[in-house]
Amino acid sequence: MKFILDAEQRLFGETLHRLLDGAGTPGVIRSRAAGEPEPVRSLWRALAGAGVFAPAVPEAAGGAGPLPVELVTAFHELGRHAVPGPLAETAAAAELLTRLGGFSGSGGAGRAGDESGTAGAAGAGGLAAEWLPRIAEGTAAVSLVLPPAVPYALDADLADAVWLVDGDRLCETVPGAARSSLDPGRRLFPVRVGTVLARGPAVRAAARAAGDVGALACAAQLVGLGRRLLEATVAYAAARHQFGRPIGSFQAVKHRLADVLVALEYARPLVHGAALAYGSPDLPRDVSAAKAAASEAAYAAARTALQVHGAIAYTDEYDLGLWIRRARALRTAWGSPADHRARVMSCLAES
Amino acid sequence: MDLDLSSAEPFRAEVRDWLRAHVPAVPLPSLETAEGFAAHRAWERELYDARLSVVSWPARYGGRDASPLEWLVFEEEYHAAGAPGRVGQNGVNLLAPTLFAHGTPEQRERILPPMASGAVVWAQAWSEPEAGSDLASLRATATRVDGGWRLNGQKTWSSRAAFADRGFGPFRSDPRAGRHRGLTYLMFSLDAEGLTRRPIGRLDGKPAFAELFFDDVFVPDADVIGAPGEGWRVAMATTGDERGLTLRSPGRFTAAADRLVALWRERADPADTALRDRVADAWIRARAYRLKGFETISRADGAGAGAGSSLNKVFWSELDLALHETALDLLGPDGELAGEWLEGYVFSLAGPIYAGTNEIQRDVIAERVLGLPRADR
Repeated sequence: MKFILDAEQRLFGETLHRLLDGAGTPGVIRSRAAGEPEPVRSLWRALAGAGVFAPAVPEAAGGAGPLPVELVTAFHELGRHAVPGPLAETAAAAELLTRLGGFSGSGGAGRAGDESGTAGAAGAGGLAAEWLPRIAEGTAAVSLVLPPAVPYALDADLADAVWLVDGDRLCETVPGAARSSLDPGRRLFPVRVGTVLARGPAVRAAARAAGDVGALACAAQLVGLGRRLLEATVAYAAARHQFGRPIGSFQAVKHRLADVLVALEYARPLVHGAALAYGSPDLPRDVSAAKAAASEAAYAAARTALQVHGAIAYTDEYDLGLWIRRARALRTAWGSPADHRARVMSCLAES
Repeated sequence: MDLDLSSAEPFRAEVRDWLRAHVPAVPLPSLETAEGFAAHRAWERELYDARLSVVSWPARYGGRDASPLEWLVFEEEYHAAGAPGRVGQNGVNLLAPTLFAHGTPEQRERILPPMASGAVVWAQAWSEPEAGSDLASLRATATRVDGGWRLNGQKTWSSRAAFADRGFGPFRSDPRAGRHRGLTYLMFSLDAEGLTRRPIGRLDGKPAFAELFFDDVFVPDADVIGAPGEGWRVAMATTGDERGLTLRSPGRFTAAADRLVALWRERADPADTALRDRVADAWIRARAYRLKGFETISRADGAGAGAGSSLNKVFWSELDLALHETALDLLGPDGELAGEWLEGYVFSLAGPIYAGTNEIQRDVIAERVLGLPRADR
């Protein structure tokens, strides 16, 4: 097992980092908030071109997956640059389709294109064959609603499909009026059930797997967010002078920043470890461990960033505030820390 | 590097079988008592005879050249089996790395095998009444005499020194040199003429450490480690071992976390979600420490030593406290009663203090890892 990234995986992450460094994500978020979806869409296509979604889509369906370590490597960078859009949702939808389409070798409804629906999820094979290649190539963004952890359709206005899993049914939806989020890069839509796309126990199982991939992707984003928040705050603390010295020379500031680094440095191996657990029965437990720790670490990074910057980071116009708000939103997206701790304990009770 | 966990499985099985056959059914008396110290020393001998006391050392000194992965596996099995605490750990974890890095072949041949068997138990003698976190202000002296050195002054908080055989630490050999210069790293007998030890009771009253008073204690040249005057460099070269993985292996915490989960199942009110969250959190952190350990040994360059070990020290010491505090809270009114959880709790309280306080570690992290400006404290 590889507990550290190999050279190719590191290069993948660095390539995405460079691409995103030049993409001006704060501007993309602000355009999106002002009602202009095109910058997000064009960034989405660029990211798909760089291979962000391919790890979530099986090779047989036009992707390169399953490559869970590459997936968390990509999502770490997406978080680090606060990229907006239904990112974890699309990765989760890819997992849902992979399972339903029978690409995963377990829990599916039959082979790709097999419309007989052997596990009762009629229509699922065709759905997977239609949507998975589009997800891989970046021509489809999917918003996925998985109650109770994911009760709203994130960015339904940007998505090419908005699906809901309701018990054992996978449905199209009718989105209601958008609700605004603390994070200007996110819009949440309540949905009503629309046309049923597939039905049966396979849907329920696929939704559980999708929930794990969504939470894993979100955990990776959180670690990336936290890293950026820490880097920016360390730079600020070294440059900002008060009382004739850099504020980063004060122990009270140093120790808060040191604690953030400790939290992030021990959340990161949990995310990597959960990616390594893909395909094992420990995946739910390990994803929950990662999501709880990543949420706490990123949130601590955000609170510390705000406190060390002071009033400037409390303003709407200061770009780091976009990261601070994203950390708050993702902390409870795809299951709160309390939800995930409870799931760790129930997994341990079963083992 | 690809870490092949399955490659260590035969070793794991051997260790597990041996421990199953040999770990005392009734826990040994506390190693911080005279009776317990003797029992733990005998246990070290048993481990040594099975070549399990210092698995990662070279065979010639009593080890078996185990890889870092095998060492992690040994530790997992050892702690999972509930095997006795390691009375020789100050020597094995803090002095031996110094001897491997700076000792002479003669010193290694003479000192390491009896250390491995528990025949000689070592105590660390670094702190002084006026030199705690500010170690470089230490005052105890080593004065050059014919054939060796005479030690004078006082050391304190010397772990295991109440019952141990020998000690090691830095002494000021050139009072005119700067704070970090003019120190010499020496080993000495705790029974030497002129040395008085006064055991100190820790919070539970057990004499886990001692004060040492030196009155012209003679040390031969053969017991100087490294060059005279180089004591600071010699001491600092291995602080990474003290703060890092080797002193506090992941197996210690994953085993405690599993026991905490078992205690929670036995004793907890399932409706108490606040306590459940703390148990989950402690388990998650123990898992994080284990994965971080695999990550560290996967790096070919051995990164994780140096300033990075300060991250480790803050993490494990706070994790150890959280594990034991949660267990005592779970035990409710029984939490104050003497027992294994309480003994572990008292031990964990010292974690954020010894091996460099966590405040010092956070300074190191901020300045040497994050690159924040240094300043007077």
